[in-house]
Amino acid sequence: MAEGYVYFPGCSLKSTGVAYEESLLTLFRLLDVKLQELDDWNCCGATSYMAIDEDSAFALSARNLALVHKSGNSQVLAPCAACYLVLRKTQDYVQRYPSIRAHVSSTLKAANLPMAADSVHTRHPLEVLYNDIGVNRIRSKVSRKWQGGPVVCYYGCQAVRPYYEVDKPVNQSRMEELLDAAGIPTVNFALKTKCCGGSLTGTIHSVGLRLNYIILKEAARKGAKAIVTLCPLCQFNLDAYQSEIRRRMKENLDMPIFYFTQVLGWALGGGTRELGLHRAISGTTLVKQWFSAAKEVAAHV
Amino acid sequence: MSNQNGSVRIGVYICHCGTNIAGTVDVKSVAERAARLPGVVVSREYKYMCSDPGQELIRSDVQEHKINRVVVASCSPLLHEHTFRKAAEKSGLNPYLTHMVNIREHDSWVHVGQKEEATRKADDLIRAAVRRIRYHKPLEKGYVKIQADVLVVGGGIAGIHAALTLANAGKHVYLVERDPTIGGHMAKFDKTFPTLDCAACILTPKMTAVKAHPNITLWTLSEVTAVEGYVGNYEVTVTRHPRYINEELCAGCMQCVEACVYKQARFDDEFNEGLGKRKPVYIPFPQAIPQVVLIDPEACIEFKKGTCKKTCVEACGDRHAIDFQQKDEVKKIKVGTVVLSTGFQAVDPKKVPYYGYGTYPNVYSSMEVERLINASGPTGGEVVLRDGSHPKSVGIIHCVGSRDEYTNKWCSRVCCMYSLKLAHLIKEHTGAEIFNFYIDMRTPGKGFEEFYQRLLQEGVHFIRGKVAEVTDWALDKSEEGKLVLRVEDTLSAFVRRIPVDMVVLSVGLEPHADAQEVRRLFNISCGGEGFFTERHPKLAPVSTFTDGVFLAGCCQGPKDIPDTVAQAGAAASEALALIDAGQIEIEPNTAYVVEEACSGCQTCIGLCPYHAITRLEDKKKATVNPVLCKGCGTCVAACPSGSLRQNLFEDEQIFEEIEGVLDYAR
Repeated sequence: MAEGYVYFPGCSLKSTGVAYEESLLTLFRLLDVKLQELDDWNCCGATSYMAIDEDSAFALSARNLALVHKSGNSQVLAPCAACYLVLRKTQDYVQRYPSIRAHVSSTLKAANLPMAADSVHTRHPLEVLYNDIGVNRIRSKVSRKWQGGPVVCYYGCQAVRPYYEVDKPVNQSRMEELLDAAGIPTVNFALKTKCCGGSLTGTIHSVGLRLNYIILKEAARKGAKAIVTLCPLCQFNLDAYQSEIRRRMKENLDMPIFYFTQVLGWALGGGTRELGLHRAISGTTLVKQWFSAAKEVAAHV
Repeated sequence: MSNQNGSVRIGVYICHCGTNIAGTVDVKSVAERAARLPGVVVSREYKYMCSDPGQELIRSDVQEHKINRVVVASCSPLLHEHTFRKAAEKSGLNPYLTHMVNIREHDSWVHVGQKEEATRKADDLIRAAVRRIRYHKPLEKGYVKIQADVLVVGGGIAGIHAALTLANAGKHVYLVERDPTIGGHMAKFDKTFPTLDCAACILTPKMTAVKAHPNITLWTLSEVTAVEGYVGNYEVTVTRHPRYINEELCAGCMQCVEACVYKQARFDDEFNEGLGKRKPVYIPFPQAIPQVVLIDPEACIEFKKGTCKKTCVEACGDRHAIDFQQKDEVKKIKVGTVVLSTGFQAVDPKKVPYYGYGTYPNVYSSMEVERLINASGPTGGEVVLRDGSHPKSVGIIHCVGSRDEYTNKWCSRVCCMYSLKLAHLIKEHTGAEIFNFYIDMRTPGKGFEEFYQRLLQEGVHFIRGKVAEVTDWALDKSEEGKLVLRVEDTLSAFVRRIPVDMVVLSVGLEPHADAQEVRRLFNISCGGEGFFTERHPKLAPVSTFTDGVFLAGCCQGPKDIPDTVAQAGAAASEALALIDAGQIEIEPNTAYVVEEACSGCQTCIGLCPYHAITRLEDKKKATVNPVLCKGCGTCVAACPSGSLRQNLFEDEQIFEEIEGVLDYAR
């Protein structure tokens, strides 16, 4: 199989977002596309790193890109939106700002690594599925009929701004098109990029919760039964605090929050466990109902 | 080196231009050094050479010192070459025995604070001119007759007004319009700001006058497809597209429309911005000019399948006006001058995706609302939403696709005022609560600010802030089922959410998508944004760099109806001024062929961008038409035998100039 990509998991896909990695690997396997984890990867440089010590953040990020280059690849998949943004930003900034380039180069040199940040292109799985693999190929591989209700697609901010290679900066539609090909009904949603709360759920909790609540509430109002995301932080924020929101806002919200790779993987015949569907925190009753075809769901939720 | 011009006596005149030149160049010493150059008889410096006393210096020196060459070192020849040539001519010299040296734009202005270097540069440039001018020859201007007929391209209010003005002055006008009717955008408007007079009431009489005027040939559904020739003598090809109706035979009785096999109108009606429907055979609107129907071959069954019962033909009866066989018809006309009045296109509101046009059905473009308000529009003047209900609250967003880095950077000039007008009219029609969202209110015009004050009195809300988005996301019950405008109110420093039933996007004006093709066709220029460029933004606002081609209306830049009509009148009178002069002067800086040296190789013919060179079949030599030649010099450089030469750019003149400017290096 010639077709394949090297991918950078980042910390999320190994911890809170492990369902994202599981489902991504399963989906690509079902599509016969090879995914190879980048060897010896390190922190992407996102989160507070970029705000506190920009130089080090760019250097960390550039080291990963250098490793991609050394492995003989010219592109890398970054499924986590935060990783995607920092890697893509590094690629851009070393070309745009000579001072950043100089610092990054000298740091890499000390580690005997080449300056490759401008020659390695960072890509997101959504855009790869849409552009390289294509809607038609996904449609042709669908083996299961969707048993769940309508969903809204939620893109968050980092994957589509300020770089808009993953999708348009406004009125995104690629996730909807892929889901449509897999027979999953979507509802139009005005808050596709509205803030999920980001790290505010941890720092100024009440503000973070309110931002969460706005998205969940509007999705429910539009008649959606679940939210489909592409970012581990968005997924976690929306999934993890629903019981607290129920308590505080006195709202009856209980909605599953999926990765787009999970629902696509299901449509293509993936097992619930290998898609990480058993890891849902909220909306477990629905998850159980929708994916009841496979017994393992019931066993683990 | 010898020259054939007898004894050369040169006068050198150095201008101070106030302090523009004298502040940086030591004009006194420059004049002293110039006086010592070979052939120079007098050398003077003066405060303003272009003034009457300045020109008088030249005249008296011609008489007293018998000078026969004039070198003026001052500003750019673009500005005053004409002035000094005229001064020489009045003094009895041939005007082409003068030469200008630009020591302002090319010297003092770009070397501020470097007096020594700037002075040396002035010396060098003047030395070059003094050496060059020895080889100037007396030249004569050419003259060419002007064809009186005029072509007006575009039948909006600009083209209509220009055509009527010219026709009333007795000139024959060809008015070419791409659409099936004249009237342009103005015909679609309901009322006009700030006087609120009905657009149709003031426009349709002028449209009728165009049709009735014996001096106007009106061609609708037609496009200019080729332009050849030059000022005074343009040869224009117009392609008349088929309307499948014989215009001469159709009486506009509309019985064919009635009889069409489509009982219901079901095709998007362009004139009503798609809000209404029409049949395959239709007339754009009741007052359309010409009062003739047309058939849309995309919609007509006869064109698509060839199996229609053709009830329209039956209804037309003995008139036999319907002609399914009509083809493109090519017309060739000769005109002396052209008025371009091709107008604008409204910005596609989909270019601003965060305002939800196309996503939310109750977001409208301002052109759609013009039709909704119009009594002859698709709803008979009733302002209703797409579900038939009446809006109780309306938000009007200004500057959609204007003053924006992502769409168009310019201010479209008319949107503030038409937004006010729409606010007034929607309020009048529905009693709805109205919010205007503006960046700045721009109301500079006669009666405009007063109209704004009137709207404030009427209780229309004005919120200063660029709307971030239009969304259907509801924060609470009161917003459910509404469109919510999210905006920072920059006067109260508050982020607001304003729920409304209807959103109107006040779209800006931009050049037509094919403005570049029109530009190339008429060989004129346009700015980066695509509007056609006038010859001078202040002093030649309707002329172009192509002689005999004039601009009117929004093809030159966004403007309102009063300004458009004023400009159309100006374009018409500029054309008249040319026509009534009867002939045009042709500058003699053109190329010519030294026949003895020409081998007839024809290299030059293909290279000439103006098609000015032809081959004399009998002599087998090239010849240059001085009327077409623009003096670009391409042929002169390319001629392998050196038999092409150019007046005022002769080899000796150029070489002497180079020697002169480099003389300091000796």
